[in-house]
Amino acid sequence: MKQPKTIIQKIWEKHTVVQETDKPDLLYIDLHLVHEVTSPQAFEGLRLAGRKVRQPDRTYATVDHNVPTINRPVIRDEVARKQMDTLRSNCAEFGIRLADIDHPDQGIVHVIGPQLGLTQPGKTIVCGDSHTSTHGAFGALAFGIGTSEVEHVLATQTLWQNKPKTLNVQIDGPLGPGVTAKDLILAIIGRFGVKFGTGYVIEYTGEAIRGLSMEERMTVCNMSIEAGARAGLISPDETTFEYLRGRRYAPDAAAFEEAVTEWKQLATDKGATYDHTVTLDATKIEPQVTWGTNPGMCLPISASVPDPALMEDPDEKSAAEQAIAYMGLEPNQQLTSIEIQHVFIGSCTNSRITDLRKAASVIRGRKVHPSVRALVVPGSFTVKMQAEQEGLDILFREAGFEWRDAGCSMCLAMNEDVVPAGERCASTSNRNFEGRQGSGARTHLASPEMAAAAAIEGRFVDVRQVMAPTV
Amino acid sequence: MEPINTHNGLVYPLPKKNVDTDQIIPKQFLKRIERSGFGQFLFYNWRFDDEGQPRQDFTLNEPKYKGASVLIAGDNFGCGSSREHAPWALLDYGFKVIIAPSFADIFYSNTTKNGILAIKLSEAQVDYLLKQAEKDSYILTIDLKNQIVYDNLEFKAGFDIPAYQKHMLLNGLDEIGITLTYADQIKQFEQTHN
Repeated sequence: MKQPKTIIQKIWEKHTVVQETDKPDLLYIDLHLVHEVTSPQAFEGLRLAGRKVRQPDRTYATVDHNVPTINRPVIRDEVARKQMDTLRSNCAEFGIRLADIDHPDQGIVHVIGPQLGLTQPGKTIVCGDSHTSTHGAFGALAFGIGTSEVEHVLATQTLWQNKPKTLNVQIDGPLGPGVTAKDLILAIIGRFGVKFGTGYVIEYTGEAIRGLSMEERMTVCNMSIEAGARAGLISPDETTFEYLRGRRYAPDAAAFEEAVTEWKQLATDKGATYDHTVTLDATKIEPQVTWGTNPGMCLPISASVPDPALMEDPDEKSAAEQAIAYMGLEPNQQLTSIEIQHVFIGSCTNSRITDLRKAASVIRGRKVHPSVRALVVPGSFTVKMQAEQEGLDILFREAGFEWRDAGCSMCLAMNEDVVPAGERCASTSNRNFEGRQGSGARTHLASPEMAAAAAIEGRFVDVRQVMAPTV
Repeated sequence: MEPINTHNGLVYPLPKKNVDTDQIIPKQFLKRIERSGFGQFLFYNWRFDDEGQPRQDFTLNEPKYKGASVLIAGDNFGCGSSREHAPWALLDYGFKVIIAPSFADIFYSNTTKNGILAIKLSEAQVDYLLKQAEKDSYILTIDLKNQIVYDNLEFKAGFDIPAYQKHMLLNGLDEIGITLTYADQIKQFEQTHN
C-alpha cells in the first residue's frame, strides 16, 4: 500500500528538480507574480549580470502597492510613478505580461491571480509579497519571497527551499451566523499567536473550512503569514473546481475535466500525518476585533481591552502596555466603546466581490456616521466593474462611502490613502502594526461586515445585532 | 555579497519581541528602485519624531551605541512583510549580525541572501546578552566557521546554522550563479513538467 501523504508533500515531490544532501531542495516554480515595489532591484540584478528571464510565460506582473485609487490618470507622487514606469520598462525589456494601471486586468496581485485562473491547484506560486499565501486557498503551495529570491526565480524559475514542516489547523463545526472567514483566521491567530506557524506550511482542514467559499478560503489563507507560516493551503474540492471552471487561464473544455481528475489526487490522503496539529471549535467563535499592534492581539467583540496589570508574563505585560499606549485605549475598556474615524474596506484579505456584497448588505438603507470617513477599494478593476453592475457602488456612495479604483491602498498606505496620526481605523486588511496605515495611525482589524457596521455606528458593534433579518 | 567569517563588534540591544519589518523600515521608504541607501531610514518611526529629529527615548540614538554592528533582539524578529528593504536597511546602517531567539521565515531567508548572519540563541542567552549590552559598551565576537559567539569575559555559546546557509555566507556566493550550473537539470525537468 502507498504511504499516505499530505498535499504539501505531494506538491513538493512534483516540483523537486534537485535533491542533494546538506542542501535545501531545488524547487521548480510554476507561477511568479510580480509587482512594482519588490521587483526593480531584481530586474536591475539581471541586467547587471547579463541574465534573462527564464520563463516569461510563467511570470505575470501588475501594479498595486502604490497606485493611486482616485483621479487615476494623474500620479502625483513622483517616486511612486518612477517605480511604476520602471516596472513597465522592465516588463517590456524582459517580455513579461503586465496588467498596467490602465489595463482591465489590473488589481491587487492576490486578487487577480485567482480571478484570471492563473492560480490553480498543485501549483507552486511565489511573489515578492508575504500575502502570497492567499493562493493556497486553491491547494497551491504559495509563499512570499524577498527581492533576491525574485531575481533568482526570474533567472532560474527555481528556488532553493528547505522542506517545510507540516501543521494541520483543524477547525471543527460550522461557523455561526454573522461569523466570517476573517473572524475565523483572527480567532486562530488570537488563540495560537503570531509565530505558531513559523517553520511550517499550514493545511487548514475540518468542517468549517470545507463550508467556506473560495473567496472566504482566500481570506483565511491570506493571513497564514500573520501566524508566522510562509504558506497556508486547503486541499481542493468541488468548491475549488467550480470556481475555476471557465476562468481565462484555467484549462478549458476537455482539458478542464482532465485537470480536475488530476487535482482530485492532490488532496491530503486519509491517514497522512502532520508534524503538528492544533484544533479549534468554530461554533464558539464570535466576530473579532484587534485591540493591539499585532494580529494576535485580538478578541471577540463582546470582550474588553485586556488589563496588563493582570498579566503574569513580563514580556506579555510590557507588550500589552506598549500596545495600549500606542492605540490610545484604556485597560478594561469595552471593545464596543471604541470610536473610529476611518473605515477601510479593501486589501488582498477582503476586497473581493463577495466581501463587497457582504459589507453592502450591512449598509443597505443606512448612512455612514457623520464623524467617519469611509473608503471602499475594490481588489481589482474586474471586481469594481462587477460591483457597479450590481449597483453596489451606488449603495456605498449613497451611504456616504468613497468608491475607489483598485489597489492595496490604505492597507499599507504607500499611496495617498493614509490614516492621520492618532486617528483610528476599522480596517478589513491584515496588519495592525504601528504606523502601518500611516505614521501614528491606529488600526483595528475586522471583517467587512464588522467594518461596515462600525462605519454606520461610528464605533465597534456586534454586527449580528445590526444586521437586518432579511437582505 | 561580502563573505562573513569572524565578526567582532559593538552590540546594540533591542529588547522587544515581534519586531515587524514595518518597524524596521516603514513603507514610505519602499519606493526607491535601488538596493542601497536604506540605512538612514532604519527603525525610522522609532528613531525620529514628526520633525525628523532624533528621539531621545530611542536607545539606538544614544552615543554609546554608535558604530554598533551586532543587533540583539527579542523573539520572532522580522515578522510581517517580506520586504527585503529590511535587511538592506540593517546592513546599510552597519549591522552584520543579528541574534534573537527566533526569526520570521522570510526575513531569515532575506538576511542570508545579503550576507547578514542571523543567529538563534536561547531566550536565556539572549536575555543575558541584552542585559550586558544595556549596562555597558559590550563587544561580541562571532565565529561562523566554528559556530560560536563569545565575549571577552565569560560568555560563550555555540549556535546552529544549516550547512547550506553557512557555506553561502562564509564564501559570499552568488546563489543564482550556482543554480545556473544546474541548468541542464532544470531544462530536463521542464520537459516533463506541465
